[in-house]
Amino acid sequence: MMKRLFLIVLLMPFLVVVEQALAEQNIATLRSAEISVEPDAPRMGNEENKDMKRKRNYPMQPPTIPHKTANYRIDLNSNKCLSCHSRRQVDESQAPMVSVTHYMDRDGNFLAEVSPRRYFCNQCHVPQGELKPLVENTFEDIDTILDNKKKKQ
Amino acid sequence: MLNKIKELWQTISSPSRYFSLGILIIAGFVAGVIFWGGFNTVLEATNTETFCISCHEMEANVYQELKSTIHYSNRSGVRATCPDCHVPHDWTDKIARKMQASKEVWGKIFKTISTREKFLAKRKELAQHEWDRFKANDSLECRNCHDFQYMDFTRQGKRAEAAHSRGLAQGEKTCIDCHKGIAHELPDMAGVEGWQ
Ligand code: HEC
Ligand code: HEC
Ligand code: HEC
Ligand code: HEC
Repeated sequence: MMKRLFLIVLLMPFLVVVEQALAEQNIATLRSAEISVEPDAPRMGNEENKDMKRKRNYPMQPPTIPHKTANYRIDLNSNKCLSCHSRRQVDESQAPMVSVTHYMDRDGNFLAEVSPRRYFCNQCHVPQGELKPLVENTFEDIDTILDNKKKKQ
Repeated sequence: MLNKIKELWQTISSPSRYFSLGILIIAGFVAGVIFWGGFNTVLEATNTETFCISCHEMEANVYQELKSTIHYSNRSGVRATCPDCHVPHDWTDKIARKMQASKEVWGKIFKTISTREKFLAKRKELAQHEWDRFKANDSLECRNCHDFQYMDFTRQGKRAEAAHSRGLAQGEKTCIDCHKGIAHELPDMAGVEGWQ
């Protein structure tokens, strides 16, 4: 018994080495480079700025942002998004108003200001890039499904 | 009248005790040139970014924030320095601004914004001065580089095009009304028009 335990303890460092080698392989495929080299950062994608709204990609998707938001700050002091999209500003900016749900707290009470839990716009809304999706999206919205059903009948 | 002119001529042509008045006038002119040049050189020297950020109040706060903005680094490599936005090009305006800026020396001596905390506490007031200045001169410093006349709206984003042809073209608004916080972080914007 004692001998076997001793053997295991003795072999431990080798196990670690083997494990590390395996891990290295995995990480290398993820970051496309050896763990010991610092690869060049991938190029930054250009944010789309066409102001053309996109369709949903899944039910309840928060609308994506059809314009650049680089250098727009959202912090305790200021919220650049709301300087156009808040209820007060939409007449001047002609931007879409944030929906009424954004003025509700979690119990459904209406507030005078945008609710704190909705304050950080880019937690849910993201700008888009002209990129090839890694995974194809097969989502069909309910209208398409109903239309297809009608066609089949 | 004629007598007076005669008298004047006599004084000019007669030698003064040591130098002729003519020489004195030339010497005076030369001294004037040197003084004037020196004055302008000082003015130029204080008109550089290196001068502005020689005070840690300017270097540690606003300069660090400027660095991540488009006016510090962009694809074309043209950049705006502190005086480009904060010191008018026109000479009389420049002098007026320099007189105002003696308040900064005062502020330096009395350490009005000598720490980050003091700076943040005073930031709204300082920013408000700048907004007022831009508003009063119709964003002159922005226009020194961004000339509305030569803005090709068709090359701008849709939102920019719409906003510029609505608010700007009619002259109701000026750059700073819509472009606050392009060069530095903003103070607490509660109560500022358009930011509630
Ligand atoms: C002697 C150090 C010093 C130098 C050099 C300096 N500043 Fe300042 N600056 C200050 C201080 C201190 C204040 C705060 C003044 C106050 O408390 O009202 C200030 C305030 C300002 C403000 C706010 C003005 C206002 O009306 O409230 C601006 C803008 C500014 N500086 C720009 C510049 C620029 C541009 C330069 C270079 C041309 C520059 N500063 C050089 C120390 C300096
Ligand atoms: C020294 C010249 C200069 C001055 C002064 C200047 N700008 Fe700029 N501005 C530039 C340059 C250069 C760019 C970047 C152009 C590019 O590469 O697209 C720029 C870009 C911009 C942009 C585009 C930002 C973006 O993210 O695309 C805005 C908005 C802007 N400036 C507003 C202003 C305002 C407002 C002022 C006055 C407070 C001002 N500028 C003063 C030179 C200047
Ligand atoms: C009525 C509001 C308004 C006024 C006034 C205004 N702008 Fe703009 N500007 C915008 C909006 C909105 C955008 C697009 C959104 C953004 O870049 O954040 C924009 C974008 C820009 C851009 C980037 C262009 C692009 O295609 O992205 C520049 C440069 C610019 N403005 C300069 C100026 C200058 C200089 C002035 C003053 C002569 C000015 N703006 C006045 C609202 C305004
Ligand atoms: C592209 C134009 C631009 C450049 C370049 C620029 N500023 Fe400003 N600065 C502004 C504007 C506009 C404001 C008014 C506040 C705001 O909207 O952020 C301001 C505000 C300030 C203030 C008041 C405090 C504050 O943050 O609001 C100080 C101090 C100041 N600038 C100093 C500097 C110094 C020092 C530099 C150079 C390192 C510099 N600025 C470069 C445009 C500029």
